[in-house]
Amino acid sequence: MTGKAVVTGLGVIAPNGVGTKEYWTALLRGHSGIRPIERFDPSGYPTRLAGEVPEDAFSAADHVPRRLLPQTDRVTRMALAATDWAFADAAVDPADLPDFEMGVATANSAGGYEFGQRELQNLWGSGPEYVSAYQSFAWFYAVNTGQISIRNGLRGPSAALVTEQAGGLDALGHSRRSIRKGTALMVSGAMDSSLCPWGWIAHQSTGLLSTRPDPEQAYLPFSELACGHLPGEGGAILVLEEAGRVRDRIARGATTQVYGEIAGYAATFDPPPDSDRPDTLRRAAELALADAGAEPGEVDVVFADAAGNPAADEAEARALRELFGERGVPVAAPKALTGRLGSGGAALDVATALLSLRDQVIPPAGPVTAAADRHGIDLVVGAPRSARLRTALVLARGHGGFNSALVLRTPA
Amino acid sequence: MSEAVQEPLSLEDLVTVLRESAGEDEEVDLSGDIADVPFSDLGYDSLALLETAGRVQRQYGIVLDDEAMAAAETPRLFLTAVNEVLCGAASNAG
Repeated sequence: MTGKAVVTGLGVIAPNGVGTKEYWTALLRGHSGIRPIERFDPSGYPTRLAGEVPEDAFSAADHVPRRLLPQTDRVTRMALAATDWAFADAAVDPADLPDFEMGVATANSAGGYEFGQRELQNLWGSGPEYVSAYQSFAWFYAVNTGQISIRNGLRGPSAALVTEQAGGLDALGHSRRSIRKGTALMVSGAMDSSLCPWGWIAHQSTGLLSTRPDPEQAYLPFSELACGHLPGEGGAILVLEEAGRVRDRIARGATTQVYGEIAGYAATFDPPPDSDRPDTLRRAAELALADAGAEPGEVDVVFADAAGNPAADEAEARALRELFGERGVPVAAPKALTGRLGSGGAALDVATALLSLRDQVIPPAGPVTAAADRHGIDLVVGAPRSARLRTALVLARGHGGFNSALVLRTPA
Repeated sequence: MSEAVQEPLSLEDLVTVLRESAGEDEEVDLSGDIADVPFSDLGYDSLALLETAGRVQRQYGIVLDDEAMAAAETPRLFLTAVNEVLCGAASNAG
């Protein structure tokens, strides 16, 4: 037993690609998933674009058992499908392992919003007897963890983490701890979807959304034209295993891969907005690097939080300059092609970073062309950049003061 | 209204409501003779039956006793419990 947590399976659902291969191909080609909202009529809202996964790209009935459809929101259907794909990718059949040696820890930031909206409409429009019994859990932040656990027979240590965007990293950090403590396998990552009128209002209320109508111009993190972000839906589910176990599995003939090790993780919380103390993103990155036993100079690429607001972009750029020096490390912001997916976004960034480590290439920040010179960071724009990549740092900030950082390393 | 409640609930009706409210296990054939097959073997848990009972109450305008419904472990017992109430509702209406 090494106690090391490695990623052996990926399941990806993104606005610009459903399935790991489709998503990765789209990223490298710079194909965007930002589009006008079709799920509901957005014409009455200031923001009308989102990273929406097209209905024809993800039809739940094709991927989720019929019995589960009446009791699941779209977000849970996505999580269940991505879990199936991650297990298949890892060449693991959960039925072959003891129930209590496998756990699941996912993050979520909105719950089953669309389901919840429908049942609230039933409650206030028709009466309490019209509310689905499944509303008791289908809206809940922990629902993805619970449904993944039940469907796959994972009865080991399980959790749900709610720290908005940062949650995607927090779930993986938590799962790494579970593996250190002796759990053989963890299903982790995050999925979010709240593209319904009720969810959309909640997003508007942050005041952080872009209202620019052109999909190519609306969400431009680190650009001089940055003017807010766009929400999206999707995320990634990952299979984490104890490294020694994977080695044994491969020795016995399993055809799986090791994408990389979760080598370090840390989370911090910002002081209140009116405080004189600085924000703590840099501190999170430093702690994660220390946890990985890595110096900043060893980091080959940073996957940025990429808020898309000038002040938040500068705060992140400042942390990067302080840690790595002016233009000291390549910075990736593939979120520009998907929007910000809540907790799913950070989990997707981890999947993307692992694919970068595998293929030794950094995807471009989509439509961002105006150089990020004023921020003093080396943002990868325009085309994919080939590079020798062994260590990646992924950063995420959750609305409300959450900061998390995760260090990934190529398999030894 | 009273016309509608006088029709007893049939097994076919129940299967329709089950499918709508709780989905359907791909490995179970609901079109067969399932009257005495426990709901658990058909892939329906207590919550699924709560949801199903809720739909029956709304469609038929009746109130079912939670404990009586919880004790109905097969479609036949479920139908008996519902139809007893339906008959009562019909005779009250008459």
